[in-house]
Amino acid sequence: MSITAPSRLFARFIRHAGPAIASVSTLILTWETYVQLWGISPTALPAPTRIIVQGYEQREALACHTIATFQATTFGFASSLIVAFLFSILIDFFRQLRRALFPVFIITQTLPLVAIAPLIVLWFGFGLTPKIVLVALVTFFPMLVALTQGYEATDRNISALLASMGASRWRIFVMARLPSALPYFFAGLRISITYAVVGAIFAEYAGAARGLGIYILNAKNNFRPDLVLAAVFVSATLTLLLFGATVFLQRAAMPWARLTEARP
Amino acid sequence: MSSARLDLKRLRKSFGHTHVLADINLSVQPGEFVSILGPSGAGKSTILQLLTGAIAPDGGQMLLDDQPLTPAQHRFAFMPQGDALMPWRRIIGNTTLGLEVQGLGRQAARARVIPLFEEFGLAGFENHYPAQLSGGMRQRAALLRTVVQQRPMLLLDEPFGALDALTRAQMQRWLADMWTRHRWTVLLITHDVREAVLLSDRIYVLSARPACVAHHFQVPLDHPRHSVGSPELAALEARILQTLLNPED
Ligand SMILES: Nc1ncnc2c1ncn2[C@@H]1O[C@H](COP(=O)(O)OP(=O)(O)OP(=O)(O)O)[C@@H](O)[C@H]1O
Ligand SMILES: [Mg+2]
Repeated sequence: MSITAPSRLFARFIRHAGPAIASVSTLILTWETYVQLWGISPTALPAPTRIIVQGYEQREALACHTIATFQATTFGFASSLIVAFLFSILIDFFRQLRRALFPVFIITQTLPLVAIAPLIVLWFGFGLTPKIVLVALVTFFPMLVALTQGYEATDRNISALLASMGASRWRIFVMARLPSALPYFFAGLRISITYAVVGAIFAEYAGAARGLGIYILNAKNNFRPDLVLAAVFVSATLTLLLFGATVFLQRAAMPWARLTEARP
Repeated sequence: MSSARLDLKRLRKSFGHTHVLADINLSVQPGEFVSILGPSGAGKSTILQLLTGAIAPDGGQMLLDDQPLTPAQHRFAFMPQGDALMPWRRIIGNTTLGLEVQGLGRQAARARVIPLFEEFGLAGFENHYPAQLSGGMRQRAALLRTVVQQRPMLLLDEPFGALDALTRAQMQRWLADMWTRHRWTVLLITHDVREAVLLSDRIYVLSARPACVAHHFQVPLDHPRHSVGSPELAALEARILQTLLNPED
């Protein structure tokens, strides 16, 4: 590492994030000006500054609920990933299973969350379980599709090569099909992680002891749109952080992927 | 009677209604370099698929050292069309692939492969990813992965087909040198008549689908043959090209 590295990193950050920062701050500035100049009532549309101040005052409650949502999201998503991975292997080895199972999975994707969330809370109570179930429900199928598509994308020459060397089917799966699926897996991960947060908040909204969803519901019932928006802001930040984590993970897991563009 | 390494007799294969191989008879002696030339889609890669056991023949015989081939034997070191390097493995990991599948430990496999990097012009690139290599280097890495398996015979499916003309010519010379030194038993599939003439002891020319052996040429010249311009080679090249372009003769 050279001495200039931090400043170079900063320059790269500005180049990449600059446009996004500019557009978001313009939006917030316009919003603030509009509310201030036209004297909009805070119970209709609170100004960004008010959201920040009120949110900051409520920081302990917000943090507590955020942790609950974060837990639900990660636990739910992790269990969904494990199950999707196991099913993807089964489906890859037993093609008939795909035809048997995919219709069932597709049906689970057509269920309206508004209807299913209260039912799941009814069955599993106000704890962590219903949230995990709902998060898994919305993320399982996208991850399964991403993985099975990824396996199919394996270069047939590579499979033929391994077979000629005497590799077993399982060996070919581990050595060729699994790594070939990585780009698809991460694309699925990036999309699903955003569904996961929404799923968790939805479950909490339908009834929970703690969580951003229930916090939003209470704030709304108390006519506090500023706190609703503060919670929305926190959940958006949470989603962005999780999204960033998947991007980071992908870079760590697929160091060869960036070489295709930047060949020395 | 035959002391052939590989002997194919009356080999037939269809895919559904597509008759691909009608009647393939060919043999390869130990230490011999044999090429198969043929129009695109004739079924050249299909012959290699039959040999590696990926598909089963409809009829005919495949003998390796006078023994019938069974799908469970993995007696060939196969280089598929295209380099088939794994983008996620470094060059060292790609070249040890066959040894790892054979059950060799990672360290032992590396110890076997590393000394060959110099000869294959890959020294210093052990820890590069395939995407960081030029086309010619990738083919050399794929060839290294093939020969290091130490199988009785190499099957090469158009190893230089994807390269530009200059790199291809360089690679052909390089392979000619390598072969002269190592005398592997090779069955090479190619589109390139000059490549076949430059490298082979014997050349089989296939007809269009359904394929049979249309012609058979000996190349009675010493290895390595660097002088592309030599009149014998040029004459032979012209004759083979003629048979490919006018299959009726
Ligand atoms: N698994 C398969 N199922 C059905 N048809 C196949 C299969 N493999 C090959 N074929 C057909 O067999 C024919 C010969 O294919 P093959 O790949 O052996 O040709 P080739 O001589 O290697 O051609 P090229 O020089 O273009 O590589 C083609 O028409 C192809 O469509
Ligand atoms: Mg082919």
